Amino acid sequence: MKLEAIGLKKYFPVTSGFSVRRTRGWVKALDGVSVQVAEGETLGIVGESGSGKTTLAKLFLLLERPTAGSLLFDGKAVADFGRDDFVRYRRAVQAVFQDPYSSLNPRMRVGQIVAEPLPRDSGMSRPMVAQRVAEVLQLVGLPRESPALYPHEFSGGQRQRIAIARALVTYPKFIILDEPVSALDVSIRAQILNLLKHLQEKLGLAYVIISHDLAAARYLATRLAVMYAGKLVETGECDAVYAEPLHPYTEALLSAALPLHPSARRQRIVLAGEVPNPVSPPSGCRFHPRCPRVLPQCSSQEPEWRAVRPDRFTACHLY
Amino acid sequence: MDGVSFTLHAGETLALVGESGSGKSVTCLSLVRLVPEPAGRIVGGRVLLEGEDLLQKSSAEMRRVRGKKIAMVLQDPLTSLNPALTIGTQVREVVRLHQGLRGTPLRERVLEALRRLRIPAPETRLRHYSHQFSGGMRQRVSSAIALSCTPRLLIADEPTTALDVTIQAQYLELLKEVQASAGVAVILVTHDFGIVAAIADRVAVMYAGRIVEMGSTLQVFDNPSHPYTRALLRCLPDVGLKREQLVEIGGQPPDLARLPQGCPFAPRCPERQPICDETYPPTVPVASGHIASCWAVPGAKARASP
Repeated sequence: MKLEAIGLKKYFPVTSGFSVRRTRGWVKALDGVSVQVAEGETLGIVGESGSGKTTLAKLFLLLERPTAGSLLFDGKAVADFGRDDFVRYRRAVQAVFQDPYSSLNPRMRVGQIVAEPLPRDSGMSRPMVAQRVAEVLQLVGLPRESPALYPHEFSGGQRQRIAIARALVTYPKFIILDEPVSALDVSIRAQILNLLKHLQEKLGLAYVIISHDLAAARYLATRLAVMYAGKLVETGECDAVYAEPLHPYTEALLSAALPLHPSARRQRIVLAGEVPNPVSPPSGCRFHPRCPRVLPQCSSQEPEWRAVRPDRFTACHLY
Repeated sequence: MDGVSFTLHAGETLALVGESGSGKSVTCLSLVRLVPEPAGRIVGGRVLLEGEDLLQKSSAEMRRVRGKKIAMVLQDPLTSLNPALTIGTQVREVVRLHQGLRGTPLRERVLEALRRLRIPAPETRLRHYSHQFSGGMRQRVSSAIALSCTPRLLIADEPTTALDVTIQAQYLELLKEVQASAGVAVILVTHDFGIVAAIADRVAVMYAGRIVEMGSTLQVFDNPSHPYTRALLRCLPDVGLKREQLVEIGGQPPDLARLPQGCPFAPRCPERQPICDETYPPTVPVASGHIASCWAVPGAKARASP
């Protein structure tokens, strides 16, 4: 099974006016992104705020419709889905969000929360549902009595475990992890990252991990996609990208991430300026105003997305 | 927090590291006597700034210390800046109050403060409101306010948590530069060991309201002597290398209202001994300038039973 995005675009209108709303422009949150995840793989999507990584996650979860491009599931385009296909898709693709304090309904018991993704007409009886809930809670390491409790009775790490259990209940193949450990305390992060890794090995899951934390992404991901201002700048096998970043943005992003030892204080590439305004992104390569290795053609010509090495794609005039 | 002691010299950076609820922020608030009362009280100890005990000062005297001698930068500049006042008004307020400047010298001073934090076109930026700035710029503005009176001590409480990585790198470089040129001592509160490794001279690791280990950055990273420090350093994924398995710290941080009798880390500690549950370990030197509070450190038991 494979989840594939081909040339996905998502534009949001910028409107003005009160009674007659006029569209003044478009926020190009996502501008032609193609990625794929196969069963058992982990795709890490990294980038700064405004790079479009969360929009991509929303498209994968069918929470937004793409402006252009298509999403393929098992070879079939989501645009051509019938009702049964949607049910199958929603079972197979689940999500874990950043903040387990806001992603769990405080008025629902954990048992209800975890059972919620199961379709009404799944043909499962109440005891079967209860049994499945108990199974997934055990998988994520929560105590037996959890289903009867409310989210506030759990700590942050345990709440994230509840969110993971909820994602697992439908026997998914893909889980979209949107900043899964960013809201957690440092000593708890390792617990959750290890749990995610363990579940992947045990259940053969594929993950899409969206993160600004390059260290966490590196720990889980097998392939990496780096985004900047709504576009992919580089993809490749994770270790290869960390070892030898091709695009100057990837290089700067990795050098800005702080290594864990003081003796590793090294020459950092400190980028000037900020992430561009998505309503009017720079012409040519969107990174050119901040790029330390800018060439004359960068401001006028958009670099082509191509393989510059085996399995290494980037969009940059340097190659 | 309970019995926290440290010394800081001019131009030095001390990082306070720990998880939420470890007492980092309360330590900082205590230094400037801003612990909300009656919820919290400073029940003992001294805070000496250039030899003067801040805890003995009147509230009026204290107000002259805050902002002038000790300044703070908080985590979220969007909430620490007033959205209804222009940036200029907010910088001016501090400079006028503490330096007693008026008119052109005041304006000059304000512009200089903004320029020092490399805010482009400060003359026009003065008239802007905080929502017109990006996250990184906002944090520079609040740092410009904090540094406008050239304080002796800057307390930065998670200053880059709300910023993107590339913007964080910009901000930390700038902070280091300004600190070096003005000779300001910095207390940096963070939970990110990457930031500590990048800019701190010394580190104090806090757990459940106490400093469990303190030393120079290299000492703590190369020879972590408290099991909590060791566990924290091992449990983090590192951008520099691929780790097969992260070493977890089991359990949860303790509830501060119900602290155990002995060492609060004991229930989660891989090196727990019977004595850990009974008595809080003494603070013992590991090396020159490097201390730790743990029964497993050689010499701890000798020191406890003289």
